[in-house]
Amino acid sequence: MIRVAGRPRTLLDVPTHYCPGCTHGIIHRLVAETIDALAIRERTIGVASVGCSVFIYDYLDVDFQQAAHGRAPAVATGIKRVLPDRVVFTYQGDGDLASIGAAEILHAAARGERITVIYVNNALYGMTGGQMAPTTLPGMRTTTSPEGRDVRRHGAPLRMAELLASLDGVAYAAREAVSSPARIHRARRAVEAAFRAQLDDRGLGIVELLSTCPVNWGLEPTDALAWCEAHMVPVFPLGVFKDVRRAREPVDARA
Amino acid sequence: MSRVLMKGNEAMAEAAIRAGCRAYFGYPITPQSELPEYMARHLPAAGGVFLQAESEVAAINMVYGAAGAGARVMTSTSSPGFSLMTEGLSYLVGARLPCVVVTVMRGGPGLGNIAPSQADYFQVTRGLGHGDVHAIVLAPSTVQEAVELVGLAFALAERYRLPVIVAADGLLGQMMEPVELPPALPVPQAPPWATTGAATGRRVISSIHLDPEALERHVLELVATYDLIAAREPRWEADGVEGADVAVVAYGTTARIARSAVARARARGLAVGLLRPITLWPFPIAAFASAPRRWLVAEMSSGQMVDDVRLAVEGRAPVLRYTRVGGVVPTPVELAEAIVRAARPAAVPA
Amino acid sequence: MPAHEIVIAGFGGQGVLFLGEVLAHAAVREGRHVTWLPAYGPEQRGGTAHCTVVIDDEPIASPVVADPTVLIALNRPSLDRFERAVRPGGLIVLDATLVDRLPARADVHSVAVPATAIAAELGAPRAANIVLLGALLAVAPILSEAAIRAGLEDKVRDPARRAANLTALARGAAAVRVPAVPT
Repeated sequence: MIRVAGRPRTLLDVPTHYCPGCTHGIIHRLVAETIDALAIRERTIGVASVGCSVFIYDYLDVDFQQAAHGRAPAVATGIKRVLPDRVVFTYQGDGDLASIGAAEILHAAARGERITVIYVNNALYGMTGGQMAPTTLPGMRTTTSPEGRDVRRHGAPLRMAELLASLDGVAYAAREAVSSPARIHRARRAVEAAFRAQLDDRGLGIVELLSTCPVNWGLEPTDALAWCEAHMVPVFPLGVFKDVRRAREPVDARA
Repeated sequence: MSRVLMKGNEAMAEAAIRAGCRAYFGYPITPQSELPEYMARHLPAAGGVFLQAESEVAAINMVYGAAGAGARVMTSTSSPGFSLMTEGLSYLVGARLPCVVVTVMRGGPGLGNIAPSQADYFQVTRGLGHGDVHAIVLAPSTVQEAVELVGLAFALAERYRLPVIVAADGLLGQMMEPVELPPALPVPQAPPWATTGAATGRRVISSIHLDPEALERHVLELVATYDLIAAREPRWEADGVEGADVAVVAYGTTARIARSAVARARARGLAVGLLRPITLWPFPIAAFASAPRRWLVAEMSSGQMVDDVRLAVEGRAPVLRYTRVGGVVPTPVELAEAIVRAARPAAVPA
Repeated sequence: MPAHEIVIAGFGGQGVLFLGEVLAHAAVREGRHVTWLPAYGPEQRGGTAHCTVVIDDEPIASPVVADPTVLIALNRPSLDRFERAVRPGGLIVLDATLVDRLPARADVHSVAVPATAIAAELGAPRAANIVLLGALLAVAPILSEAAIRAGLEDKVRDPARRAANLTALARGAAAVRVPAVPT
């Protein structure tokens, strides 16, 4: 018998708390598959953030630390610096990473921390009930932008993958979506590339994954996937923004 | 053993390295910057990690990560930076992670100034972030004692799996005094609960307990630890308190100044005692069983520790106070005058 | 021996803190108790800088001193500020090149040495502080010469600079023995 599909070793066999149609489950699986493929489960430490994915430590069979809101890159830095031979990743939402934790991700990236960042962008705050995030699309209605996001008042969405790609410490930065099987395959490759950047000691690797939030978007799950494709992808273009294949030699002011 | 002349800030850093601390994360702030500077020079050579964080917020969360990964870890800051660290401290307590945080207090509120102060007493004893949060607070009075208490801080942090605060002030951080340094302790192995990779079963470090009853059990476990600490760990030093006309209560730098003031007042024929809390939390309540005629609380704040003294004295004797604020350090001369005034029969509680 | 409570004051850059550190290191070398306390606040920029050194045979209680037994004044503002504080029977040592008056107090001993001029003459203009230290020790031998030499060794690694300091120390002492007090 040829086994064509199955549960990744790293993905625990438990029901998740995610809402129907939420794509966190797909992304968890992509991370689990990658950890298995790279055979790093026993030396990987995850950092859970604050948001819907706060309980990711119940779903992946690796050591985990749960961080304060936005601080996951600082916690990951603390772990990686004292355990440099381990693999450390954060799993953060857009409110966590792009809003309250903007300073922590920016500086972890600037330092070129050898960590991997899985950044899940669903354009609003899911866990707290659908408030506006820095990633909310122009005109998009949320509970704190009931008339739709007004760019003149609230600014325009933050494109974190591109922003972080501009920093020397980042070895890999990409944005993908999980709204179709083809996209999921591309996302899987991006997740692995972001881990490889760490394993090869090249720098920080980040993948931004466009995700759905059917409940807070007020859409059926399949409509949410289509909405992501139709509305999010144009604002958050997909692709690999940076892929440094060799560790960059820093310019040394003493030289 | 030979004595080395060292600044308080540098001596605390060296004491931490000798206590087996191999990770430091911090952010520069006066008047404690000599501590991270010393760590930057010496910790990597000792095989440790020094990292300057982008903020105190990041620093305390790096401490969280490293502590959770099993490292003996510390940070240091001064008052405004400590405010930023209180978020992280609440998480460290909630997740039961040991670490040492040195705060070298300066004048507040707001940006205040960089002069010595004790105005963060409420913050370190009652305000370590949200939730039912406490941590042992050690208040050294000399550079030698700062060295010893930093070593003790790591031991207590690991014994109870909680952060321990060392509360110094700018004067202690900046002054030099000869110290005898302890021998270096071995660097510990990561404890079994640390997240070092799930080769033998996975571990989760977290402070979240969504179910109220689960959180209640967690908090009650913390409270049981606090009670154990309150029973075992109060530390103080007392001199001539029982039957004194006036017993001065002071900690840290103020206690040293008070010792000189007490000597001056005794030279004028008064019976004066001195009670010096070494642990600010747990407050050494048992020490207040001694009965002077009056207590005089001296502190570099508008009157914060005096609340704990009143709670401990329970009205058995008048509690007066002598306070300087804003970074003004009392002199032995002015404090001696305050003692003499307090000894007068007409003196009434402030 | 009673405690020596020494305040050293001058402009930033005159080596006020350094002079205190030499005393502190020397005290350690002699097995004494000592505290060195800088005024590290806003006062360290511009204006006057000062530090307090307490030397005692007993463990030191307060490093903060309101009424020093010794004042070393490297400039006029320092004398103006601290003269009143000096304990009756105490000692004021001042740099007569830069301080254009003598102490007004009749109940303290005063020693005025043109330290800046002497240092300039020695080709070591930054050693005026050490000239004053030499003068202090000649009048009040609070630490042994051997301890001071050892303290200088702790603070000054460069042999040439150390030699210049020892010369300044000797000239300071000699200046007291042959008083050069302005009239």
